Amino acid sequence: MAKTNQLSARKKDERIAAYIFTSPAIVLLIAFLVVPMIYTVYYSVFKYQVMRPNDISFIGLDNYTKLFKDAEFWKALRNTFYFTIIVVPVQCVLALALALLVSKRFKGVAVFRTMYFSPQLTSMVVISVLWTVLYNSNPNTGLINSILVGFGLQPINFLTNAKTAMNAIIFMSAWQGAGYQMMIFLAGLQGIPKEQYEAASVDGANTWQQFWNITIPNLKGTIKYVIMITMIQAMKLFTQPYVMTQGGPKNSTKTMVYYIYTQGFQKGNFGYACSVAAVFFVIVVAMSLILQKITNAD
Amino acid sequence: MKSKKGSAMLGKFLFYFGNTLIGIIFVSPLIWMISASFKPEAKIFANMNSLTTFLPVDASFDNYFEVFRRINMANVFKNTLLYIALILVFDLLVNSICGYALAKFDFKGRKFMLSFIVALMVLPMEAILLPLYIEMSQLGWVNTLRALVIPFIAKCFSIYMFYNFFHDIPDDLIEAAAIDGSSPVRTFFTIVMPISKTVYATVFILDFVAHWNDFMWPFLVMTGEDKRTIQLAVQSFFSTSPVHYSAIMAALVVSAIPMIVMFIFMQKYYVEGIASSGIKG
Repeated sequence: MAKTNQLSARKKDERIAAYIFTSPAIVLLIAFLVVPMIYTVYYSVFKYQVMRPNDISFIGLDNYTKLFKDAEFWKALRNTFYFTIIVVPVQCVLALALALLVSKRFKGVAVFRTMYFSPQLTSMVVISVLWTVLYNSNPNTGLINSILVGFGLQPINFLTNAKTAMNAIIFMSAWQGAGYQMMIFLAGLQGIPKEQYEAASVDGANTWQQFWNITIPNLKGTIKYVIMITMIQAMKLFTQPYVMTQGGPKNSTKTMVYYIYTQGFQKGNFGYACSVAAVFFVIVVAMSLILQKITNAD
Repeated sequence: MKSKKGSAMLGKFLFYFGNTLIGIIFVSPLIWMISASFKPEAKIFANMNSLTTFLPVDASFDNYFEVFRRINMANVFKNTLLYIALILVFDLLVNSICGYALAKFDFKGRKFMLSFIVALMVLPMEAILLPLYIEMSQLGWVNTLRALVIPFIAKCFSIYMFYNFFHDIPDDLIEAAAIDGSSPVRTFFTIVMPISKTVYATVFILDFVAHWNDFMWPFLVMTGEDKRTIQLAVQSFFSTSPVHYSAIMAALVVSAIPMIVMFIFMQKYYVEGIASSGIKG
């Protein structure tokens, strides 16, 4: 009897402790994540301009119908998807290639790993500033163009031409980010049992066959995870175009997050910007859910 | 047998040769940045068409002196490190106790809370920037530390990492402490916390890096020049005349130093943190 009392007293202690332990995090998450999310949707059906805070009026879905006809919005949506669709395979393949290069436990391998990881040790702002200088269209001041000219090629106006600006940002972003995914792939590669390779090489499988028949199937889960985080990250593109091109030239690097910033913070159209944010939210959540479904399917 | 040894040698040669070649090309932009940071402005662009562009000819610290003269670095570093330190202190406490309760306590609503936190992980910050900004300005927090710190203490991802770690701690250990008369709260602080250094170190370094690199939120809420964090200072230095590329490169290097120092000391936890997220996911 005394024992059950003690046990139920402990259960009660635990319950009280649980509410003490969880409430700070839950309160903060609700106040600064859930409530703002609800307000994003709420403001999106209002005409709400920063300059006229007292003139807020309910306009139903007008912001959304306006959005539907807004060429700049569609451009931003297209740019965001273009960036994502190109940068994800480029960065993931690069990361996997680097991981394979440094997966063997040779002496000094840590040096090479650190080399490939090193762009991660500087921030995206730093990298963007650096590459704006490297991409300079004058071959006398831009390193990359001076190399192109050195090889007898024509210099390219990387960041000042609407056709090349986004590609230049993609190339740089893949270079900067690959080291991170390389580390994830390395952990995945180390989890593959060595016996599988030994058995395959006894059977006479060459390196290429081993790669397709052992490495890739074993890495399936890791590959899916890496694709997922790279994709979500890519959808949020903002810093690079902000620092390097201000969304230009001709809006060719304006992304969805950039457009939220332009409408909301530069032009002060809060209501309208919230409708962009709500669409952005739906796209990102839908993408994560679809990717999670695919990942969990097998 | 001989050919096998030969192919091992060849493999080794290819490994070192290939990695050295690719590695140097890979880091060449960073080498250029560091070497330019020591060169006089004129020298940076004087030898663009030769490999000497990667070498710090006429090296001096003049560019660094210019950076420190034009940017109040002490203030910038203070702003950045203070805000990150404040976030991390609360982050490690608030998220770890929440993760622990979810992993080890039996209470009503536990399952719901856990799926609530997992669901919130997919919510992109960028979608709530505007209302969060309005919230900050209504609270009068714009341009204060509070706007940088308080909204970012609770992190679903950190809670989840703590949850995963504490989940694997054997129940016997906690049970034994309870039989000795230790309350659940005390057990956590005296028994569980001391043996969980790895997860704290991992969350610490991941969140440190995330905030050190964060640009968009500080950029929106910290508009005062004396409130700038490091990334804001670097970005605005880049667009403030006189534009001296030599000094800009020095500023980029200075802003990377704390991260490099962190990496040297916390490398193990940082790399493990990145890698484990892939295995768990």
